[in-house]
Amino acid sequence: MTRTTGLWLIVGMAGFCLLPWYAVDSGFWSFLWLNNLRAEENAPGAILLLLFDRMWLSPTLGALIVSAAANVMIANSVIRARTLVGTAAAGLLLTALQGLIIVRDGPVLLPGLLSSVAGTEGQTGFGAGAAVSVLALLFVLTTSISALGKGRGDAFVIGLIGLIVTLVGVFVFFPVAHILVRAFELSDGSYALSGFLPRFLASDIWGLGCLIGRGYCGPAVNSVFLAVMTGAGTTLLGLAFALIFTRTQFKAKPLLRILTVLPIITPPFVIGLALILLFGRTGVATEIFANLFGVEKTRWLYGFGGIYLAQLLSFTPIAFLVLIGVVEGVSPSMEEASQTLDADRWQTFRYVSLPLMRPGLANAFLLGFIESLADFGNPLVLGGNFNVLSTEIYFAIVGAVADPAKAAILAIALLTLTLGAFLIQRRWVGTGSYATVTGKADSGRHAALNRTVRFACYATALPWAAFTAIVYSMIVFGSFVKLWGYDHSFTLDHYLRAFAIDFSRGIRWSGVAWDSYFTTLTIASIAAPLTALVGLSTAYLLVRQKFAGKNIFEFSTMLSFAIPGTVIGVSYVMAFNFPPIELTGTSIILIIVFVFRNMPVGVRGGIAAMSQLDRSLDEASITLGANSFTTVRRVIAPLLGPALMAALTYSFVRAITSVSAVIFLVSAKHNMATSFIVGRVENGEFGLAIAYSAVLIVTMLTAILLLQLAIGKRRLRRADRVEQIA
Amino acid sequence: MSNSIPGSVRFDGVVKKFGAVTALKKLSLAIEPGQLVTLLGPSGCGKTTTLRLIAGLETASEGSIFIGGEDVTRLSATYRKVSMVFQSYALFPHMTVLENVAYGLTVKSVPKKEAQERAEEGLSLVGLSDFGGRIPSELSGGQQQRVAVARAIVLEPEVLLLDEPLSNLDAKLRRHVREEIRQIQQTLGLTAVYVTHDQEEAMAVSDRIIVMRNAEIAQEGSPHDLYERPNSSFIADFIGDANLIDCEVLSLNGSATRIEVVSKCIELPIQPGQTGAAKMVLRPHQIRLSRDKSQGEFEGNITYAAYLGNQIHYSLDGELGQLFAISDATLDPLSVGENVSINFDPQKLRLVAN
Ligand SMILES: Nc1ncnc2c1ncn2[C@@H]1O[C@H](COP(=O)(O)OP(=O)(O)OP(=O)(O)O)[C@@H](O)[C@H]1O
Ligand SMILES: [Mg+2]
Repeated sequence: MTRTTGLWLIVGMAGFCLLPWYAVDSGFWSFLWLNNLRAEENAPGAILLLLFDRMWLSPTLGALIVSAAANVMIANSVIRARTLVGTAAAGLLLTALQGLIIVRDGPVLLPGLLSSVAGTEGQTGFGAGAAVSVLALLFVLTTSISALGKGRGDAFVIGLIGLIVTLVGVFVFFPVAHILVRAFELSDGSYALSGFLPRFLASDIWGLGCLIGRGYCGPAVNSVFLAVMTGAGTTLLGLAFALIFTRTQFKAKPLLRILTVLPIITPPFVIGLALILLFGRTGVATEIFANLFGVEKTRWLYGFGGIYLAQLLSFTPIAFLVLIGVVEGVSPSMEEASQTLDADRWQTFRYVSLPLMRPGLANAFLLGFIESLADFGNPLVLGGNFNVLSTEIYFAIVGAVADPAKAAILAIALLTLTLGAFLIQRRWVGTGSYATVTGKADSGRHAALNRTVRFACYATALPWAAFTAIVYSMIVFGSFVKLWGYDHSFTLDHYLRAFAIDFSRGIRWSGVAWDSYFTTLTIASIAAPLTALVGLSTAYLLVRQKFAGKNIFEFSTMLSFAIPGTVIGVSYVMAFNFPPIELTGTSIILIIVFVFRNMPVGVRGGIAAMSQLDRSLDEASITLGANSFTTVRRVIAPLLGPALMAALTYSFVRAITSVSAVIFLVSAKHNMATSFIVGRVENGEFGLAIAYSAVLIVTMLTAILLLQLAIGKRRLRRADRVEQIA
Repeated sequence: MSNSIPGSVRFDGVVKKFGAVTALKKLSLAIEPGQLVTLLGPSGCGKTTTLRLIAGLETASEGSIFIGGEDVTRLSATYRKVSMVFQSYALFPHMTVLENVAYGLTVKSVPKKEAQERAEEGLSLVGLSDFGGRIPSELSGGQQQRVAVARAIVLEPEVLLLDEPLSNLDAKLRRHVREEIRQIQQTLGLTAVYVTHDQEEAMAVSDRIIVMRNAEIAQEGSPHDLYERPNSSFIADFIGDANLIDCEVLSLNGSATRIEVVSKCIELPIQPGQTGAAKMVLRPHQIRLSRDKSQGEFEGNITYAAYLGNQIHYSLDGELGQLFAISDATLDPLSVGENVSINFDPQKLRLVAN
């Protein structure tokens, strides 16, 4: 008998016999279902099987019972493990199949297969009982696979792989597959291959009318054009900043550092709002230009120009961050070598440093390209007549005529573009980087820039930095002004309307924003640790473990980075609105979407941090008799402290600022701050929107500072101890 | 500390592949309990891989591994009674020295007090009793190395594995620590497998040496065996320096072997082998050089001389080809360009296959 297997089987049985099989309307944690366990909608699987004739649940129970019998009765460990792999896999497969075939509404796998009660009556979405039973079977499966000696016989590692593969499968691939299916839907609701290609290639997506001077371009063409421009622009600006930062004696470098933090804590449409306050029809700059030079007040901001400006402001800091690493990665000894060979500074820069940076520049460009394609907030606020894919998808879902099939097709177009860029980035840039860390200490100094380059950098970067500062200060001013453009008197009205507290009868959160504010904070604080956990676990598997299919595993975990938020949002709406996994309208779906969207960042951070931990540390722990779980807990996790904090901060902040995926998934009960603000913007209540954004930014800064303090404390403690001993 | 259970290690046709690379080709070996066996060989020959297979950090692609008579081929590293001292020491930087040494005990749920006592015992065994409260970065390289050894032995493993444990230490300290390791191994009666690519180190500490080359065992035996009876020119050259000189075996009979070197006949004591082309192993210090031409059978010209204080290293060019010789006659050095006669005692010569 294998103990771990036995324990999981008991858990599975308990789930099947005691917990409600279906999702309960009142919510699992209300425990209202306890009052009436025999009602069909609250009943555990066992009762459904006995009293309600739901025979199709028997494979799940069967798999649990047969596995338990096999676990107790088969003495030979190899035969036992093989049998368990078989029973658990069969149980999982049949449970999933019944869930996909017998559903109350929504897409059905193999329609018409069942004409009996099961087929007509259907069932609602999986609940706690189903989830626990499935998880138990999954861990029986992985434990048994490890007992066959796979993956160095490590049950924890195989279990972790199984869990993450399942989660990514269910919450990334399954929804994306739904989009693909929906794209083949015809107008009458049936599915056919024939409709897809003509509609995918239709001119209302790819039309080039604007180029030949007639009519509009399709949103796909607009998106690509914008993305190329943004990629190029952010890369150039970012390079100028990075060169100033690393290669000059510029005095205000710490100020430049702040610039790198800004985009992380800025909700994506806030820049757009600030630009409206500056350059909109009643904007400050527009007024000044009109008064001084008699420039006509136009709506130029609403269209390509505005979006482009907003994206440059939003994404230049990202390019800066990437390029600092690239510029610093060029080994000083190479530059020194060049100079000892009598090259002057310009020649060194032109023929040595720049070529060495080329892969990094391409990387920054592609990142900017992907970010621009995926950007939703700025086009939503500033779009005007310039249609891009991400917003078109949104309007196809929420617009006057909802057209999910069109949304699916647009989503596939967008996905194709981002995935293409992502693949190029990995293939071409990911491998060919010359800027390598050798582990050999490089003590040389970076060559300073020659004069012309230095002035070129100052001339581009410094005005831009000043502009960024103005844009951000608009956010502060805008929130204190009565009615922008008309009545510039000071007021606290916007803040009061959003965040008033009524003390007259106890404490009443009377401001309109409190609701979404608390929801956002709660969901972000639940999602952040989960994201960090999933991300760092994945990084652990990728860096420290060897297993078959690791490349595919890595690729699929990084994939969700390349899936734009809008696409994720649409796919979640399509996949999780129906059984077997019915989550729309709950807060769980918001948490899940954050976890899987932000996971790649946790993975990257984890990989970077873990690669710096010598592998022999965990091997030492293992040979000293610790299992992998203990090793992770006692050796790896404590040493990953900073990476953990970074992942936590980042996923917390991202959960607060993200809008693209969320806007599809919020409900009246669970509204998020960003979608609330977007709603205000659509109503023209700029003051309130800006005030709320400012509060969000302050909230996130506070969170970051608190977490930084926590890290700082840890360091101090170690230093204390050192002092004591010495 | 009680003596640990004697553990034997056996490999049965073990193959290890990393994708297309074969790191071990059908390796079979047996290590007796209580012995210190060294795996020796040039870089990339598969020593570390062999060690990691014993530890369970890699799984064999084919074949079986036994420890203490039990088949552990599929057993994970956690459950093998084996501990390892890593080249980088792999001390946990966030734990004190004492916590490091006690780690293996605490994860096995040994009561805290007992774990502490045994860890302190282990530290005193390596002479670091007073250092328990420090963290590893506050120790010197040699001290860290000894902590790593203490951490491995407090678990009373059946087999102790050491992967180039001295390579991060300077030459003087290396000598000292290797003697210490050997002493601890003998006091505790541990089976130990020791990886190194320094043949002098291997000779100094081992009961037996397994020389590996290209993912295979080239020869195994006691240090004496390997030096005196190399079975190939590779071993002859690798274990102690050797000049390998082409020769022709003319006849082998019951009492003597006759060979021909540069058209001169030499008679040697009986050797294994067969007639035909072979190589003669001539150790550098077996060569006697003399200005007196009548002294030797061969002649040479000194091309390089290095004075090392207690001996002089010479390079020569001559009838026997390029030779490397070591002379103790430091008071009367030969100078570069001098023609000398080369002499050696045929009784001590060995032959190896070509
Ligand atoms: N994880 C791995 N993946 C691929 N090849 C590997 C891996 N580990 C070892 N090898 C290959 O297996 C062969 C044996 O490696 P091993 O580490 O055992 O050599 P070694 O004898 O310890 O060498 P050294 O003295 O340099 O440490 C080498 O060719 C090496 O490149
Ligand atoms: Mg090695």
